[in-house]
Amino acid sequence: MLTLAHFLTLGAILFSIGVAGIFLNRKNIIILLMSIELLLLAVNMNFVAFSRFLDNMDGQVFVFFILTVAAAEAAIGLAILVVLFRNRETINVEDIEELKG
Amino acid sequence: MILSDLQLALPEIFVAAMACVVLVADLFITEQRRGLTHTLALLTLVFAAIITLRVMVPVGDSVLAFSETFVRDRFGDIIKLFAYLVLAGVFVYAKHFLRVAGLFKGEFYSLSLFALLGVMIMVSAANLVTVYLGLELLALSSYALVAIDRDSASGSEAAMKYFILGSLASGILLYGMSLVYGATGTLQLGEISQALAGGMSDNLMLSFGLAFMVVGIAFKLGAVPFHMWLPDVYQGAPAAVTLLISSLPKLGYLALAIRLLADGMGNMHADWQAMLAVLAALSLILGNVVAIAQSNIKRMLAYSTISHVGFILLGILAASPAGYASAMFYTIVYAMMSAGAFAVMILLSGNGIEAENLDDFKGLAKRSPWYALMMLMIMFSLAGIPVFVGFFAKWQVIAAAIQAGFVGLAVLAVITAVIGAFYYLRVVKLMYFDEPESTAPVTAPIDFRAVLSVNGLAMLGLGIFSGGLIGVCVRAFG
Repeated sequence: MLTLAHFLTLGAILFSIGVAGIFLNRKNIIILLMSIELLLLAVNMNFVAFSRFLDNMDGQVFVFFILTVAAAEAAIGLAILVVLFRNRETINVEDIEELKG
Repeated sequence: MILSDLQLALPEIFVAAMACVVLVADLFITEQRRGLTHTLALLTLVFAAIITLRVMVPVGDSVLAFSETFVRDRFGDIIKLFAYLVLAGVFVYAKHFLRVAGLFKGEFYSLSLFALLGVMIMVSAANLVTVYLGLELLALSSYALVAIDRDSASGSEAAMKYFILGSLASGILLYGMSLVYGATGTLQLGEISQALAGGMSDNLMLSFGLAFMVVGIAFKLGAVPFHMWLPDVYQGAPAAVTLLISSLPKLGYLALAIRLLADGMGNMHADWQAMLAVLAALSLILGNVVAIAQSNIKRMLAYSTISHVGFILLGILAASPAGYASAMFYTIVYAMMSAGAFAVMILLSGNGIEAENLDDFKGLAKRSPWYALMMLMIMFSLAGIPVFVGFFAKWQVIAAAIQAGFVGLAVLAVITAVIGAFYYLRVVKLMYFDEPESTAPVTAPIDFRAVLSVNGLAMLGLGIFSGGLIGVCVRAFG
């Protein structure tokens, strides 16, 4: 029998993978974008699970909004990635270090 | 009922419609007549202010609309009016820079108006969904604005960093929201507050949710230790965009913090006060100390922002109406000071080269005594020297913190403010006591000069008559 705790654990694991992907990844910016998507999907998992177990629709409505915003966010992220690649000819995270101090 | 809902949200609807109109109209406006877009955007702000003023809610009252997802109250109305004012100033300042830098495009105006709309929605949010949508509208517009100079390598790098860390912040905030939803079973801020009053504040899931939300807010505000994106973004973005993102969004993030922490989680204030206290202390120390080491004025102002965020948090963590009012007063004043400081930097930039280094300010008093005086007032105000409005802002915040029992933090705030005065006064020293490196005259269009003069003199005027604006802020929470 699947309980709420199972879903929350899955959500927490997905979320942790997302955060770890952002901080540990030293190679490719596209992996960063994927990690961000994973973060948002982990949140969706939480909302849907709560919504189901609380028998309250609000959480599922929120999920639709998050999905829509995530699509817009991915579009902007990829657009910035294209601009960055045109200027730098690299998407390696380690090469993106002009600004610091 | 529906009609009155629409009436309450009329400022938002108007700004949304006009942002689209500006976007489309700009397609039919030729390069030479781009000034029309600028005028249209300014008119939008003027009419938005008129519409907001026409249906103001009485003091102390708050009206919910759209199935309790949207709220109109005095706090929101005042913040919106100042957001229009700040954005109008930004438009005037930015026009000069954008022209010189070859970035004078309609997108700047439509994106800025969408960012304003995001701030307005966030300010009027009464539901976690509305909070999130406003926040994302503001954030997505800001990411695009930072990358508006498509051929700038540092601009696109700054946009990428802003995007990654901004999205991470949204993700963390959302995770917190999901846990709070799970614990209370509602997304409505008022109902969350009621659920907490029913005595579930020792719930572990709620505490986790609150911690995640505070981290998300701290990321957005740029509080230490979640500040790493801020100096890079300020430095990499074109000066006109730095001007925008250093002023307007701060008003929105203040509202974000107050709506979530005060309106929603007010009954758990003991928990978030402790978290904000740590953030505030770290921001005050690191912001002021690291700013001293900067030779790039944009980075210096970025670290100065971090220290001011520490002061704003100090006001919020008092968790009393007086504390929120002082944080609101501080944020409004800060938005004006920051806009003015970046405006002087834009003034000194020419031929597409940004006056990014502190050395560019050398001998400004000899090249242009009037602008040097304006910069002096803004710097004195940022440093918190008495008579100038920045002093009263700091004073209010510190008084509220002491009232709430945070005496140690208040003492720390005063000490770091004194340390911070060093790098503001260094700019004044460079302007007045050093020889100019270039003798090129400082020129700007008449509207730029007029707005900058008003901005500079307002630092003194608002300081001498600070009671008025403070009264407005106090009544907003009355």
